[in-house]
Amino acid sequence: MAEHNGHNGHHVTSVGLYVGVFVALMVLTAATVIVANFDLGWANDVVALTIAVTKALLVLIFFMHLRHSTRLTVLTAMAGFFWLAILLVLTLNDYFTRGSVSILGK
Amino acid sequence: MKDRDAMNTTRAVEPDLIPPDDMIDRPNYLNTEYGLKSWLLTRDHKRIAILYLISVTVFFALGSLFALLIRLELLTPEGDLMQPDTYNRVFTMHGVVMVFFFLIPAIPAVLGNFLVPLMIGAKDLAFPKLNLASWYVYNLGGLFTLWAIVNGGVDTGWTFYTPLSTHYSNSYVIATGIGVFINGFSSIFTGLNFIVTIHRMRAPGLTWFRLPLFIWSHYATSLIIVLGTPVIAITLLLVVAERVLHLGIFDPRLGGDPILYQHLFWFYSHPAVYIMILPAMGVISELVAAFARKRVFGYRIVAFASIGIAVLGFLVWGHHMFVSGQSLYASTIFSILSMLVAVPSAIKVFNWTATLYEGSVSYETPMLYALGFIGLFTLGGLTGTMIATLGIDVHLHDTYFIVAHFHYIMVGGTIMAYLGGLHYWWPKISGRLYPGFLSRLSALLVFVGFNLTFFPQFVLGYLGMPRRYWSYPPEFQVLNVLSTAGASILGVGYLLPLFYFAWSIRYGRRASENPWGAVGLEWDTTSPPPTENFHTIPVVTREPYDYTSEEVHRRTTQEEPVVYQLD
Amino acid sequence: MSTSLTDTHAAAGHHHPSLQHQFDSLEQQKESSTLGMWLFLVTEIMFFGGLFLAYVIYRSRYPSAFMAASHTLDWKLGAANTAVLILSSLTMALAIWAAQVNKPKLIGVFLLVTMALGLTFLGVKTIEYKDKFTHHHVPGPNFQWHERSDPNDPDFADHTEIFFSLYFIMTGLHAIHMICGIGVLGALVVLSRKGRYGPEYHNPLECTGLYWHFVDIVWIFLFPLLYLLGAHAK
Repeated sequence: MAEHNGHNGHHVTSVGLYVGVFVALMVLTAATVIVANFDLGWANDVVALTIAVTKALLVLIFFMHLRHSTRLTVLTAMAGFFWLAILLVLTLNDYFTRGSVSILGK
Repeated sequence: MKDRDAMNTTRAVEPDLIPPDDMIDRPNYLNTEYGLKSWLLTRDHKRIAILYLISVTVFFALGSLFALLIRLELLTPEGDLMQPDTYNRVFTMHGVVMVFFFLIPAIPAVLGNFLVPLMIGAKDLAFPKLNLASWYVYNLGGLFTLWAIVNGGVDTGWTFYTPLSTHYSNSYVIATGIGVFINGFSSIFTGLNFIVTIHRMRAPGLTWFRLPLFIWSHYATSLIIVLGTPVIAITLLLVVAERVLHLGIFDPRLGGDPILYQHLFWFYSHPAVYIMILPAMGVISELVAAFARKRVFGYRIVAFASIGIAVLGFLVWGHHMFVSGQSLYASTIFSILSMLVAVPSAIKVFNWTATLYEGSVSYETPMLYALGFIGLFTLGGLTGTMIATLGIDVHLHDTYFIVAHFHYIMVGGTIMAYLGGLHYWWPKISGRLYPGFLSRLSALLVFVGFNLTFFPQFVLGYLGMPRRYWSYPPEFQVLNVLSTAGASILGVGYLLPLFYFAWSIRYGRRASENPWGAVGLEWDTTSPPPTENFHTIPVVTREPYDYTSEEVHRRTTQEEPVVYQLD
Repeated sequence: MSTSLTDTHAAAGHHHPSLQHQFDSLEQQKESSTLGMWLFLVTEIMFFGGLFLAYVIYRSRYPSAFMAASHTLDWKLGAANTAVLILSSLTMALAIWAAQVNKPKLIGVFLLVTMALGLTFLGVKTIEYKDKFTHHHVPGPNFQWHERSDPNDPDFADHTEIFFSLYFIMTGLHAIHMICGIGVLGALVVLSRKGRYGPEYHNPLECTGLYWHFVDIVWIFLFPLLYLLGAHAK
């Protein structure tokens, strides 16, 4: 049984599930190291980030108890990452377009 | 005084204008405990608000001194009062002190701290110790900055642009950077506290759409604080690290990009201006409703507009960088987004105006400030859309037009709202009334002085006078003299409340529970409130600003609310 | 004034010694402190976020310099540290589990193991930093780059210095967060020994756990971005 309701009706994740998540995280770490040893061009970044995001989600959902948290808490966590995305996207919007559009005649 | 029936929030108590004798010296948050320790170790949000009131007033005075020096130097075209390097330090410290130590904290930390729990029917904020820590952290940041000032200050402008701040400046960048960094935590603690309090500690029956707009504004402000402030924290940390440890993130000699600094700086500092204006707008909503005796028109739209401003405010920072080297494509995107963010602000102005229409308007001092705000904020906001236009900004960037624009918002907007709020809630905070004639005179002086100070600056900027210059061509002198004259009048307008508020604490007539006859939970408890805010937690059954319900209407219009001294 | 019995403490029917006066119930207090901690973590996301932004920008500008510089970091030590931190997250989660299932003696044990793992991480980091000092890869006036360079990039060495600036500030800031976390864990060990925490109340454990896991997540991103860029380079 992965979990049961403990005292006060709060969800208690079992030791087994925690250890399982730990093992998954270790496997993913090994995977990212192995893949990095091959030159896949731009795919290296994609794979590395995908693995990192997966690991982060495992920590967030299981270790940080997001699966048992209120909607407000989940929304708060999502908002944080979304705002980081705003910072990255709008700034890179400048860096990736430098020199692409110029004033007519200049 | 009758007991309050917990189920009936339309007060069972008749509004008594002169409190009965047994109310005098009744236990309230001011007199239950005496002594320095009871203040310096308080957990009571109301006492912390007073502590903040003292601190921000001190820093406002300091920032004003720097402003006085600027205006004195600019009386004459030549740079004859101080060295140019000194002038750089003066305007920098004016900006740093006013932005970080006054405008950002003032309304949330003074009025917000005092009123948020009262307005939602709670006993205190969610984290009272964090609230007190916030004040101490504010002062710690202030100490670092004061130390820097005493030793000669910073000369980079409050914007700390690199590589001047990281490499070439010989001034106290590190100390000031650390001071502002620490101060940021004070801001974050307050914002965090407000968000949790508003979500989790509302009184029974107080749904989101029964909240006063003051609460909506402070909630939106707190979102900005939590999401934006950390970015300036890391930015200042990087500047300090570059100066101390010679890391090269912004150093063009290593291939670093100074514009990256600007992106990081303005990512916070643009939303920061919404941190400064949103609480002010919240105050204005309360004042307009109270002194038009009418529900704010389009309550839900105004509430959503607050959130809209908070979110959209994060998407426009590049409009500070149109001429810095940002790509033209990005500048265009930021220009369009900047037009969008004007919309919710304009919606609020329209809605306040509609609230006044067919309202029962009276012109007490807080209302004078509110009316001044609406006009001046509109002017400031319109000029904002002007300079959000790429072509115009190329001409006007770094001129006095920009200076005038943001002073219309921050002084004509935020400071007027802060003063209006102080005058409105002063009877609740202190339990005392203040002189009517003198307060109205001050409001008038502030309005006249403000316009005389800053309107000429629009013209100066348009004619090409650059900002941050300590001398200027002689043809600009007349306008500069007008501006300095206005500043002196403005100064008098600011000084007067200092005196009559202090006077009122000792000699002012005692205030009743609800001297304005307003609607709101904060007016359902004594002036000043007891430490625990309410003797019984209210249960809310009515809509906000419910001036039209028959019973409330009867009681609040029964007698002319007497607020002033008999002078 | 009535001495009112609608006082909300009495209404809750239960006055736990850890219930603070501004809250009506332990449940409200727990939800508030959890939400508060998450909001603080949001500020941490944005705080580190600025550094990740700088990293993305300079990595895209100077890819070969970044790869070469990354190659000088010992990925084995980095991977070991990653494993240590992930294990410490497990033990942190188990400390909270111990409180939830009413095994108070285990709380302190798991907290101490978490601390030990954190200190191990910092020990390895110290070794790594020393190595960087030895190779003159610390940015500043003593920086020297003697490894390979790229004919297409005349300022190759300067660009590697930017990588190392980012390396030190990102891992340094991360390490400072670890130190603060270990300090708080120490305080929690003492308090848990006093029997403060149990199934009904263990908010400080939960909140510290959230912080600790967050610091782990930062490292989960730092490791591939800083250590594994040059893994396939010669």
